[in-house]
Amino acid sequence: MHKKQCGNGVEMKQYEIVIGLEVHVELATKTKIFCSCSTQFGGEPNTHTCPVCTGMPGTLPALNKKVVEYAVAVGLATNCEITRYSRFDRKNYFYPDNSQNYQISQLYLPICKNGGIEIETAEGKKTVGIHEIHMEEDAGKLVHDEKRNCSYVDYNRSGVPLIEIVSEPDMGSADEVIAYLEKLRLIICYLGASDCKLQEGSMRADINLSVREAGVKKLGTRTEMKNLNSFRAIRRAIEGEKERQIALLEEGKKVIQETRRWDDGKGISYPMRSKEDARDYRYFPEPDLAPLVIEEEWLENIRERQPELRDEKMERYAREYDLPEYDISILTSAKKLADIFEAATALCQKPKKVSNWLMVETMRLLREREMDAEELSFSPGHLAGLIELVDGKTISGTVAKEVFEKIFDEDIEPKTYIEEKGLKTVKDESAIKEAVRRVIEENPQPVADYKGGKTKAMGFLTGQAMKAMKGKADPSAINKILLELLS
Amino acid sequence: MKLTDLTAVELGRKIKKGEATAVEAVEAVLAEIKEKEESLHAYITIEAEKAVEKAKAVQKRIEKGELLHPLAGVPMAVKDNLCTEGIRTTCGSRMLEGFVPGYSAEAVRRLEAAGAVMLGKTNMDEFAMGSTTETSAFGATKNPRNTEYVPGGSSGGSCAAVAAKECFFALGSDTGGSIRQPSAYCGVTGFKPTYGTVSRYGLIAYGSSLEQIGPIGKDVRDCSVILETISGYDEKDSTSIKREDTDFSTVLTKDAKGLRIGIPRNYFSEGLDDEVGEAVLDGARFLKEQGAVLEEFDLGLTEYAIPAYYVIASAEASSNLGRFDGVKYGYRAMEYEGLHNMYKKSRSQGFGKEVKRRILLGSFVLSAGYYEAYYLKALKTKALIKREFDRAFERYDMILSPVAPATAPRLGESLKEPLKMYLSDVYTVSVNLAGLPGLSLPWGQDKKGLPIGVQLIGNAFGEKKLLQAAYALEQGLSICTKSSAEMGLR
Amino acid sequence: MANRISAGEMEYAGILAKLSLTPEEQKEAGKDLEQMLNYIDKLNELNTEDIEPMFHVFPVCNVFRNDEARPYEGGRNKILENAPEKREGRFVVPKTVE
Repeated sequence: MHKKQCGNGVEMKQYEIVIGLEVHVELATKTKIFCSCSTQFGGEPNTHTCPVCTGMPGTLPALNKKVVEYAVAVGLATNCEITRYSRFDRKNYFYPDNSQNYQISQLYLPICKNGGIEIETAEGKKTVGIHEIHMEEDAGKLVHDEKRNCSYVDYNRSGVPLIEIVSEPDMGSADEVIAYLEKLRLIICYLGASDCKLQEGSMRADINLSVREAGVKKLGTRTEMKNLNSFRAIRRAIEGEKERQIALLEEGKKVIQETRRWDDGKGISYPMRSKEDARDYRYFPEPDLAPLVIEEEWLENIRERQPELRDEKMERYAREYDLPEYDISILTSAKKLADIFEAATALCQKPKKVSNWLMVETMRLLREREMDAEELSFSPGHLAGLIELVDGKTISGTVAKEVFEKIFDEDIEPKTYIEEKGLKTVKDESAIKEAVRRVIEENPQPVADYKGGKTKAMGFLTGQAMKAMKGKADPSAINKILLELLS
Repeated sequence: MKLTDLTAVELGRKIKKGEATAVEAVEAVLAEIKEKEESLHAYITIEAEKAVEKAKAVQKRIEKGELLHPLAGVPMAVKDNLCTEGIRTTCGSRMLEGFVPGYSAEAVRRLEAAGAVMLGKTNMDEFAMGSTTETSAFGATKNPRNTEYVPGGSSGGSCAAVAAKECFFALGSDTGGSIRQPSAYCGVTGFKPTYGTVSRYGLIAYGSSLEQIGPIGKDVRDCSVILETISGYDEKDSTSIKREDTDFSTVLTKDAKGLRIGIPRNYFSEGLDDEVGEAVLDGARFLKEQGAVLEEFDLGLTEYAIPAYYVIASAEASSNLGRFDGVKYGYRAMEYEGLHNMYKKSRSQGFGKEVKRRILLGSFVLSAGYYEAYYLKALKTKALIKREFDRAFERYDMILSPVAPATAPRLGESLKEPLKMYLSDVYTVSVNLAGLPGLSLPWGQDKKGLPIGVQLIGNAFGEKKLLQAAYALEQGLSICTKSSAEMGLR
Repeated sequence: MANRISAGEMEYAGILAKLSLTPEEQKEAGKDLEQMLNYIDKLNELNTEDIEPMFHVFPVCNVFRNDEARPYEGGRNKILENAPEKREGRFVVPKTVE
C-alpha cells in the first residue's frame, strides 16, 4: 500500500499497484529452436547463422525436441498444466531483427498454463500465479551507428530458443517482483534449463504495471515496461512507473495502455510508439510445423528426469546431513553450490566442514571476485582433499585458506600443490624451537608482559611464531614449546 | 528420330547403353532452346555452360558405373521458385531479380544427386500467383501449341519447356492447380503429389499448407520415375511425411480392370466448355473399355473451394512474403526515408500488382476482428471439403474430371478480370485443400488445336493407383491424339 | 452484404502489409478487395458450427530434430552474399531508433 502526502500534510487517496511479469528465458540448448546453428554466446556477427535463421526464401523451421522438453520441465516445476495438444503460431510484424518478419511463437495453445509458485518476502508468503508458458524464437541484435545514421543487424541470436513465462497480475511491490524472479531463476537453474543471467540477457523481464485506488476491484490501465537488465533497474522502474501513473491520475489524466522503454541511466521511461506499429500481429497457426502431442509416457519420462528442486533439497539436507537451517539455505541458494556441497561431502563424509568452507571462504571470494555462485568452477574433489589435509594435520588452517584460494581460482590439486610449494606443516620440533626462541628474543616486552601475568600476550607470541614458520606449523605444537621456554 | 523426341526414361536408357551421352542430350536440348526460346520465353535463366560442364561430369560417372539412376544424364528444367545453389532464383519477380541462393531445394538436390542435369530456371507467374504465367516480371511465356495463347500457370514455363522439348522434364509447384492446369494447356503430363510427399524445403513459399512440388513430363512413366526420385521424408521439412510406398515406377501395368472411378456430375454442368467436357468423357469411356468401373456422383461443396482457397492461400502468402523487405536479399528501393519507408517502397516497387493484391487480401483477412470470420471460416470449409472427398473415396479409387473449364485463353485476356481468372481453378483447388494427389494427362484437343487435359484425383497417398490408371489411360492416347502429337511445334 | 472498404481500411492494410499505394492504386485495390470479399462471403452460406478448423490436412504430430549442432557449410559469406547493403559482416538498415 502506498500513501501519498500533500505538502500541507493533508492525506490524499491511497493507491496500490498491480504487477504482472512477462519473463523471457533463453533455454540452454546446444542449437537454435528451428535450425542446427549453435546458440553459443558471442562470436563474430552472423557467424552462427544459416539460411533458416536468416529467413532466406524457401527455408523451413525444424523443431528442436530439447526445447519442448525444457519448456515442459519448467512447466512441471512451476505447477503448470501441460497442454496435451499444443501448436505454434506466427506473429507477424516488420522489424529488421526479425529475419522473416514473423516470429514463430505460441498464442492459441501455449505448452503450459495455470501454474504458480510460492514466494516469500518480509510481508510473508504468497503464491504468484503463472498464466502460461510458451515457446518462441529470439530475435537478432541491432547495433546503431550514429555517425552513419544506420543500424547493423546480426542474426546470431535469431532463433535462439526462449520460453516466455507470463505471470498473473499477482504482485504488489518491487520486493514481490524480485522474490518472484529470484524464485523462478532458482527453479530454472536447478532444472538446468537456462543459466538465467539477467545482465547477459538470458533472462529478461517485462513489467506490466497498473495502479488503482485502494479497495477498488477493477484493474487500472496497465503499461508494459521493457529493457530491464538488473534487479536494481527493475526496482527503479517499478518505483518510477508507479509515481508516473499516480501523478497522471492525480491530475485527472488517463494512463494510456502502451509499451515503454526504461532508460536506467536517466532513470525514466519513454513510450515505444510509432504510427507504423499497427500492433495487429495477425497471428495464425504456423503451417510449416506439425502440432505437438505430449503423451502421458513422454510426460512421465520428463517428470522422472526432473532433478531435485530446492525445496526438496532443503528437506533432504536437514534429514541426511543434520545441518543448521542457516547452512542449508545458503548451500541451496544456488544449484552449483549445492552440487559442490554434495559431491565434496560424498568424498570426505564431513558435511559440516564442507558447508563451512562454502559458506565462509567461498562466499567471501565470490564477493571479492564479483562472481555469481553459478560461475564456480573448482572440483569438489579438491575441496574434499583440502579438508582431509587439514584434518590429518598435514597443513595448518592458515595454509589451508591460502590453498583454498588457489583451488577457487585455478582449481589446483591441493596435495600436489602443497608438496610443490613446501607448505606441509613442519613436524621437526627443533625447527619450531628455533623459531620460538627467536620470537622470544625479538619481543622482550610481550614476554615481560606474559611473565607479569598478562596471559593475553601468549596469543601474540604464538601468532608471531606462526608467522615466522610461514604458517606451516601446528599451533598447538608452538604453544607447547612457548610454554616450555617461558617457564 | 531426334534425341529430343525421346522421353526422359528412354533417353536415360540410351545413355546407359552408350548410344547417346549426357552431353549430346544437353546439346540437343540447347539446340531446341535456340530455335524456339525467342518466341516462347519458357525460361528466365538458362545456364548453358554450366549444364554442359555438369553433363560432362555426369557422363564420366555414368561410364564408371557410379550413376545408375534412370534419370542420370537427362536434362531437366526447374521452376524458378525452387532455390538452386549458385544459380539465380527469381520467383518471377523483380523483388528477387538478382537473388542467388546458397542452397538448393531438396527436390532439386535429389534429382541432381541422381544425375539429372539442370539447364535452367523456368518462367512462372510472380510468386506462383496467377494462372497464365503472364504476371511474371520477366514477360509472359507463350503456349508452344499456339503462341497467341497462354501456357497456363503458374508453372507455365516448365510445362511449355517440356511441350517444346526444351528439356526432357521439369519440376513445377502446385498450390491451386499450378502444375495440372498448365500441363493441360500445353499437352504434357503433370503430377501434384499428396501433401507431404515431396519436401518443400527450398520452394519459395506461397501457400504453405496447400503446395507441393511435382513432376512435369512427357508421359506417365517419366512422371512416376521423377516423383519416385524426389519423394520421401526430409528432416528440413516438418510437414514432409515418412512413407514407404514411393516406388511409384513399379506399378505401371496398363491394367484398369476393376478400378472404381467416380465422375463428379456437377463438374460437367454449367461453365464447362463442351469440347473439353466431351474429351474428358471420352477418356472416361476409354478407361471403361479397359475394365474400369465408372459411376457418376455428386461431389459436394465444389463452389466453396475457390473462396476458401483464396482466403487461406492469401493469408499464408501475406505472411510468407513478409521476408522480402530489402534487408537481407532482394530488391531495395533506391530512395527512402527511414526504415518503414524503405520497407514500403521496396515492396511496392519490387512486387507486381497481383502479388500486392493477394498480400493485401491476406493481411486483411488475418487482421484483428476478421481472423475468425474469414480465416477460420475458410479452414472449417476446408475440413468440410476434405470430408466430401473422404466420402467419395469410400466408394471410388479415384475421381476423373476436367482440369480446367476451357482450353488455354488468349494472351492478355485473363488479366483484365482477376476474379474470372480465379474461377478457372474450380476443378483443381479443392485437391490442394484436401491435400490429395492429382494428375493431368493430355487427352485430345479442341477445334483450335489446343490441348485438353483429363484430371485424375486420388485418395491421400493413393499415388500408385493413380499412376496405374493414368498409365492405362495413356495407352489410349495414341488413338485419340495422333494429330496433336504430330503437330508439335512448327 | 456488399463489403465496403474505406480509404482508412486500405491505408491500414497497407501499414500491415508494408505496401505504399498511390491514391489511384489504393482505390483500385480497394475495389478488387471488395469484390473478392463479396465473393468470399459465399462461405457464410455454409453451416460450420461444430466444425474444427483444419490447420493441417493430415494428423501428423511431434516432428522433431535432435539438439545437435551443424554449422551451415556456406558460412557467413553466403548469408551476406545477397544483401543490398552490408558492412563488417552485418546487414545494414536505416536507423531503427530515433
